[in-house]
Amino acid sequence: MSAATEIKTLIIDGKDVSARPDQTILDVARENGINIPTLCHLDGLSDVGACRLCLIEIKGQNRLLPACVARVEEGMEVTTTSERIARHRRTILELLFAERNHICAVCVANGNCELQALAQQLGLTHVRFPYRNPALAVDASHERFTCDHNRCILCTRCVRVCAEIEGAHVWDVEGRGADCKVITDLAQPWGDKNSSCTKCGKCVQVCPTGALYEKGKVGVEHPKRPDFLPYLNLMREAQ
Amino acid sequence: MNLEELQQIASGVHNENLLFDFEVNVCQGTGCLSQHSDDIKAALEAALAASGKKALIRRTGCMGLCAAGPLVLIEPDAQLLQHVTVKHADAVINSLGATPVAELQCDLRQHFDDQDHVVLENSGRIDPEKIDEYIARDGYQGLVMALTDMRPADVIKQITESGLRGRGGGGYPTGLKWGMVAKAQSETKYVICNGDEGDPGAFMDRSGLESDPQRVIEGMAIAAYAVGASKGYIYVRAEYPLAVSRLTVSLREARRRGLLGNNICGTPFNFDIEIRLGAGAFVCGEETALIASIEGLRGTPRVRPPYPAASGLWGKPTLINNVETFANVPTILRKGGAWFAAIGTAKSKGTKVFALTGKIRNTGLVEVPMGMPLRQIVEGIGGGVPEGRTFKAVQTGGPSGGCIPAELLDIEVSYESLIQAGSMMGSGGMIVMDDTSCMVNVAKFFMEFCMTESCGKCIPCRAGTVQMHTLLTRICDGSGTMDDLDLLVDLCSTVKEASLCGLGQTAPNPVLSTLRYFKQEYMDHIVNKRCTAGVCNINHAAEVIA
Ligand SMILES: Cc1cc2nc3c(=O)[nH]c(=O)nc-3n(C[C@H](O)[C@H](O)[C@H](O)COP(=O)(O)O)c2cc1C
Ligand code: SF4
Ligand code: SF4
Ligand code: FES
Repeated sequence: MSAATEIKTLIIDGKDVSARPDQTILDVARENGINIPTLCHLDGLSDVGACRLCLIEIKGQNRLLPACVARVEEGMEVTTTSERIARHRRTILELLFAERNHICAVCVANGNCELQALAQQLGLTHVRFPYRNPALAVDASHERFTCDHNRCILCTRCVRVCAEIEGAHVWDVEGRGADCKVITDLAQPWGDKNSSCTKCGKCVQVCPTGALYEKGKVGVEHPKRPDFLPYLNLMREAQ
Repeated sequence: MNLEELQQIASGVHNENLLFDFEVNVCQGTGCLSQHSDDIKAALEAALAASGKKALIRRTGCMGLCAAGPLVLIEPDAQLLQHVTVKHADAVINSLGATPVAELQCDLRQHFDDQDHVVLENSGRIDPEKIDEYIARDGYQGLVMALTDMRPADVIKQITESGLRGRGGGGYPTGLKWGMVAKAQSETKYVICNGDEGDPGAFMDRSGLESDPQRVIEGMAIAAYAVGASKGYIYVRAEYPLAVSRLTVSLREARRRGLLGNNICGTPFNFDIEIRLGAGAFVCGEETALIASIEGLRGTPRVRPPYPAASGLWGKPTLINNVETFANVPTILRKGGAWFAAIGTAKSKGTKVFALTGKIRNTGLVEVPMGMPLRQIVEGIGGGVPEGRTFKAVQTGGPSGGCIPAELLDIEVSYESLIQAGSMMGSGGMIVMDDTSCMVNVAKFFMEFCMTESCGKCIPCRAGTVQMHTLLTRICDGSGTMDDLDLLVDLCSTVKEASLCGLGQTAPNPVLSTLRYFKQEYMDHIVNKRCTAGVCNINHAAEVIA
């Protein structure tokens, strides 16, 4: 196989690693047990490089690169944590917490939330920015699921899983800037009788926060299973 | 079409002009049109018919000095008339071959003499909808020469030699970009002209498209030949209806003359252009967002690489350049790369068009050689700030740029020196501010712009601009603290370094540059609760108690 001859070697956090040329820095780091925080990335979905938590440094380059989309290059020297990166990551999380209403104690995802987990992992103890407390709607029109925009971090995982895996493309984003909002169909209620939703629940499973949840389930009863995707893709490829 | 046929068309136009004793050019750019210069033209025509004189009354594009509009230029003696109204029509026609109308004389020699018109050479001189007038001023010679005499690689060589750099803001070497697209392996390639122009205060590209659309079309055709594309798009915002209608006519005219379409100039080269309308989002000027928008998707930027040169419109190699970049191309081909490279500085070649606005006498469009000191543009060409006011700063680069203070007015305009001064060239907006401008408020204005124009895709820009705006608002209204200032600086760093696209990456620049040169104004607001410019509405209660 010609690809085999093209194996690249690089250094991540001082560790020599090897990679296929089509791999991202994130792939290779994780293969080698190096943890890089991510939010918008999910194995099995296309990458958008939007949350910017996975930014890493490359020696000789002033610009930070998102590890989830940046491809490996021969001889690259990658640093996944530095004072500078840590500062940006914490600030990004703070910005998220201040942006909408992430009140963990009263959230269905409490204990099962990737945002909450990252905040703990990165040692976020307080938020320096004023909370914006927007008054956002909750769409409970669907018979099985609820969409609470107050908890949405606009990672677009729901949009991508629905379009790329389920093939229904129910979700999209409307608006600009702080007014962005995920919508179902053309901004119709999720439970609308003409909705294109297949009720598969994939979006609920991949949502990193309590924005999308199954009705009647709270906290520990609501473990999300975003890891089904790689298996699903593998099975589809095998067919 | 060959050079000889172009020559014939040109002499046709010249011969026709010989029938007239005078040319009365009436500016029909957006600025003058907004003051009903179309009615003035009609009135002049009526007066002319009554007078029996032989004059050609011509609709032209922008003459540049919008502040003095509506403008009328009388040839052969290059008499520029300002603030013309319908009432003056008879007097203007009567003055032909007689004494000029004294009250309308516009005597701003220095304004024009210090300029160097390459891109604007036809603006205000030809009827933008008449392709033959463009041809009569050497138009399409570059394309015909390229197609009949040069290989694509020779064209790219000329552009590279010219040292032309992207006029859309980034200043990327144009020859290098063309070479990349030319080398990309693909049956299908595209050429896109970026006419989105969303910066507040900028109107260079609009004016170029309105005043000399054929120049941009020719530039695109030359580029298409050089990189091997057969399809082009001009992306213009729908808020530019005049540009759109003139482009539509011009594309039809170019097809009629066989300068667009199949087998152009009898060669195997095929090329045609379609117009795509943007809905006026600033971020749609970013190249990957613009491409998504043409594809019919939501106009949000994506991570680069891959760059459009490798994978652009519908995944095909795509050349995307700014309007002004393309507008330089025909002249470079006609006069040679070396000619162009002789203008400007070591690293910034050619001329640059600026939209001069704000607190300045001669508001309008100017084109100057790179390397000209800012002072000469502001004080000489621009005529300085209005009587009784003092100059404070000039803002370049729009929401991505910064404010340059009086003490730096002697720097030259070039990509490098502007960046060094904490600003950037941007697409060419130049807003002059005097002592009635509060620099904190200016920073807030641009932050508000970035906040509302952020596409919302990435967190640092979407949420960071909102918080920066909140902090600036607090400082402006007198409730800001030193902690707020620290937080602001900290946020600038994250938004700059962590944002996905240029909008977020440069959004902190207006704050950073005003902090660099006008920190005292921030301190005045925070510590002394005072806005020296008298712009911010600070509650004086605190002052009274102390
Ligand atoms: C937020 C944003 C807005 C932009 N707007 C414009 C624009 O209105 N016109 C333009 O030509 N380039 C704009 N650009 C730059 C384009 O992305 C691109 O670099 C340019 O069109 C390339 O052409 P050039 O090399 O001829 O400058 C913008 C970039 C960003 C990040
Ligand atoms: S609803 Fe959930 S998955 Fe969808 S964008 Fe919001 S946080 Fe992400
Ligand atoms: S920097 Fe701003 S405009 Fe650019 S992708 Fe991010 S949110 Fe969108
Ligand atoms: S995980 Fe890479 S940008 Fe979000």
